[in-house]
Amino acid sequence: MTTTTLPDYDAAVAAFEPVIGLETHVELGTNTKMFCGCPTDFGGEPNTRVCPVCLGLPGALPVANKAAIEATIRIGLALNCSIATWCRFARKNYFYPDMPKNFQISQYDEPLCVDGYLDVEVDGRTVRIGIERVHLEEDTGKTLHVGGATGRIHGATESLVDYNRAGIPLVEIVTKPVPGAGALAPEIARAYVTELRDILRGLGVSDVRMEEGSLRCDVNTSLNRPGEEWGTRTETKNVNSLRSVERAVRSEIIRQAAVLESGGRIIQETRHFSEETGDTRPGRSKEEATDYRYFPEPDLVPLAPDPQWVEELRAALPEAPRVHRKRLQEAWGLSDLDMRSVVNAGAVELIEQTVAAGATAAAARKWWLGELARRANEDGIELSAVGATPAQVAELQTLVDGGKLNDKLARVVLEGVIAGEGSPTAVMEARGLAVVSDTGALTAAVDEAIAANPDVAAKVRDGKVAAAGALVGAVMKTTKGQADAKTVRELILERLGAN
Amino acid sequence: MSDLTRLTAVDIAKRISDGDVSAEEVTRAHLDRIAAVDGKVHAFLHVDADGAIAAAQAVDARRARGDELGPLAGVPVAVKDVLTTKNVPTTAGSKILEGWRPPYDSTVVERLRDAGTVILGKTNMDEFAMGSSTEYSAYGPTNNPWDLGRIPGGSGGGSAAAIAAYEAPLAIGTDTGGSIRQPGAVTGTVGSKPTYGGTSRYGLIAFSSSLDTPGPCARTVLDAALLHEVMAGHDWRDSTSIPQPVPPVVEAAKRGMTGDLTGVKLGLVTEFGTGEGAEPGVLAAFNDALAALTKLGAEIVEVSAPHFQYALPAYYLIAPSECSSNLARFDGVRYGLRVGDDGNRSLEEVMSLTREAGFGPEVKRRIMLGTYALSSGYYDAYYGQAQKVRTLITQDFNQAFEQVDVLVSPTTPFVAFPFGSRTSDPYQMYLADLFTIPTNLYGGPGISVPCGLSDGLPVGFQIMAPTMADDRMYRVAAALESAVGTLTPPSLEG
Ligand SMILES: [Zn+2]
Repeated sequence: MTTTTLPDYDAAVAAFEPVIGLETHVELGTNTKMFCGCPTDFGGEPNTRVCPVCLGLPGALPVANKAAIEATIRIGLALNCSIATWCRFARKNYFYPDMPKNFQISQYDEPLCVDGYLDVEVDGRTVRIGIERVHLEEDTGKTLHVGGATGRIHGATESLVDYNRAGIPLVEIVTKPVPGAGALAPEIARAYVTELRDILRGLGVSDVRMEEGSLRCDVNTSLNRPGEEWGTRTETKNVNSLRSVERAVRSEIIRQAAVLESGGRIIQETRHFSEETGDTRPGRSKEEATDYRYFPEPDLVPLAPDPQWVEELRAALPEAPRVHRKRLQEAWGLSDLDMRSVVNAGAVELIEQTVAAGATAAAARKWWLGELARRANEDGIELSAVGATPAQVAELQTLVDGGKLNDKLARVVLEGVIAGEGSPTAVMEARGLAVVSDTGALTAAVDEAIAANPDVAAKVRDGKVAAAGALVGAVMKTTKGQADAKTVRELILERLGAN
Repeated sequence: MSDLTRLTAVDIAKRISDGDVSAEEVTRAHLDRIAAVDGKVHAFLHVDADGAIAAAQAVDARRARGDELGPLAGVPVAVKDVLTTKNVPTTAGSKILEGWRPPYDSTVVERLRDAGTVILGKTNMDEFAMGSSTEYSAYGPTNNPWDLGRIPGGSGGGSAAAIAAYEAPLAIGTDTGGSIRQPGAVTGTVGSKPTYGGTSRYGLIAFSSSLDTPGPCARTVLDAALLHEVMAGHDWRDSTSIPQPVPPVVEAAKRGMTGDLTGVKLGLVTEFGTGEGAEPGVLAAFNDALAALTKLGAEIVEVSAPHFQYALPAYYLIAPSECSSNLARFDGVRYGLRVGDDGNRSLEEVMSLTREAGFGPEVKRRIMLGTYALSSGYYDAYYGQAQKVRTLITQDFNQAFEQVDVLVSPTTPFVAFPFGSRTSDPYQMYLADLFTIPTNLYGGPGISVPCGLSDGLPVGFQIMAPTMADDRMYRVAAALESAVGTLTPPSLEG
């Protein structure tokens, strides 16, 4: 029950300048683990994807995975880094049961990639984020604490360890400190992780799913008063979505400002972000810094990537997401503002794929930024998780263009698709939602409407064409909306000799 | 029929191949010998009689089918307990691994099996290969067959004693600072440390990863060379394994056996003669051997290796540093001993109690030393500095090998010492490896071959060669053997 009154965000960033930094861990999508031949795919009964090497059994030795090294170099190149011509793995020593050897094979003062940058766009402004290093290491296993109320080790009666994840290749990407972000710090942090995710996805090196932990982010935040030295930083972990990155920075700025305003000092510590409350809670204190006793890993030979190989990898890099977006914007004929709303909605790739599946850019954009964005927003989920695929959206639009669905029916069909009832065509047929295009049935409905509304019919015959709307409405009602209004109208005018 | 346990590996293999004797008979003869004398020697921690007989029968079956047999098929071999053997207990001489049965074979053991050798069992050693006397084995020391009141050397005292006591014609050892060569010297047997990376470390329970090297132990140089060829060669599972063909050590040993060393230059390291040096009896035997080699045509050249004097301190920073990390995995969580898990104690307490109960005093001493040497603020002064010394020692070797073909020295400064005489002062124990450690820091090969007796106890002669020129030292060793002969210990019977 905290009694401190938190300042509002605007007040916090008016009084203090935030400096942020991000450490991102990416699980690579290689077929095998970093130092052994065990498969890496997700799932599997606990401790079934293990061998003497990844269990760290006495005598077992690591052998570095070339595909992981290649992926790391490609990441480094995409982030404009220099690639080391010679570097080594190092042992990071600390005791923890989810680490089979009680040391992690990582890299220390000789990372594979150093000194790069990534440009991100925020609020129409380009911000260059410096990249300190990109290095390769092995993931740990997972510990499950059973019997405690919190799921934490304290109070647990039993701890179970699953080593299936132990030894999965993990790339750590560390930014340089980002000063001068001001009030935009939370958005810059989010934009950075988003851009990084898009780059990694474009490289095809990881499935980059934050929810499943294949992309994990730690956010460092410190505050200082203008003109003063940078403050003590905290490291916030457990940031599991893009939205959380932004929220974590924002809440940490507010919290630190409150502490500093009340004359307190910031403790260098690890904090945990809570999705539920949106704030950070203290974790392990780093006041007594762990001494990891790093030293070069003697079981592995140094890495010396052939410069020619590195150049080949550089030449084969895919187009950067920024460049790609620019090209799409031109192809789609969008203004900067329109494009930004597409980007902010996380719809670039979805629209691109919908267009690839046959829809026009305008139609694809209409669906993704309209009906589907509304649904995602309502459900509080990412647009890509809304439940309709680009191919389905394209198919839906084809049905509209072919006159089989009108807009209103199409929305109903889309609901069925989202509900998992099948493809748009399948939903349309199963629910009997197709536009009534059989002129025989339609003519009968029109005649019925004319017969039922003689007064209106007379007005139309007299040339008051606008009055036909009432008849159209009547026909639509009897056909339960499954008729094309334009066709109905034409038919009515034809029957009444008014055209 | 003569006593099968007195034969060389070469003779055993030939008799089996000729059909004079079956592999099973050879194996049973050795198992009988073990049953008869190992109560006195205690060379073995585990005898795998069933596995050995099955392996021998398999060789006999292959011979009966007319399959071609390898040069060591059917020959029994003892394996140091630091190498994993599938489903056969492997303890590394430690309580912390008591009862552990590895689910996999080390590469060396796999190659022994593929070659049709018969693995008799696992031999005693100082805990985690840290020691020079086997007094630090958690299962009690091995006694030197030359004098049961004296140490058999270490860490691989069990392998050397097993050979000296005719319990096995061949054995596997591992050498981190002299653990094959020094036991060889004090038991009057041949012990060879190949080039680092020449033999695979996969399945070798690590003491010091950048130094550990498996190698052969035998009663003759040719037997050692044959075992060397079987166990050596590139292994993709060990990243530090050298992807080159095995040096022609058997051919070199055969050439040396002709007794001609014309044109071979032997380097005598000036600095080895100064400082603490070797005891007089050892020096006398060594000098006699030098004279014998000169008669065979070798030339003696004095060379300087100014940084060898720093080898011992550098080694006692590098090896403990690596061991402090390598031994971190023994925490009671996954395998081996677990102490104090009563449902109330925390994980940290259980880890701590397990390690306290499971490790012996020398292992703890080195873990603490290494933890300190790697800690932040001390790294540069200790580990970093030791690595620089290592580079300088390598330079010394390279410069020396520009002038000479091999370097020679006594293997160890003193003959087998009585139990308990050096355990109270670690430094006195560490001196046993004074002459062997430089080679480990450099990564080159070294061999110890018997060269005579001092007060009735064996003295070893060490020959060191450039990396991947293991054949050179075998040639000189075989020549020396042809000149001075092999040594026979007193009988253990009666
Ligand atoms: Zn594995």
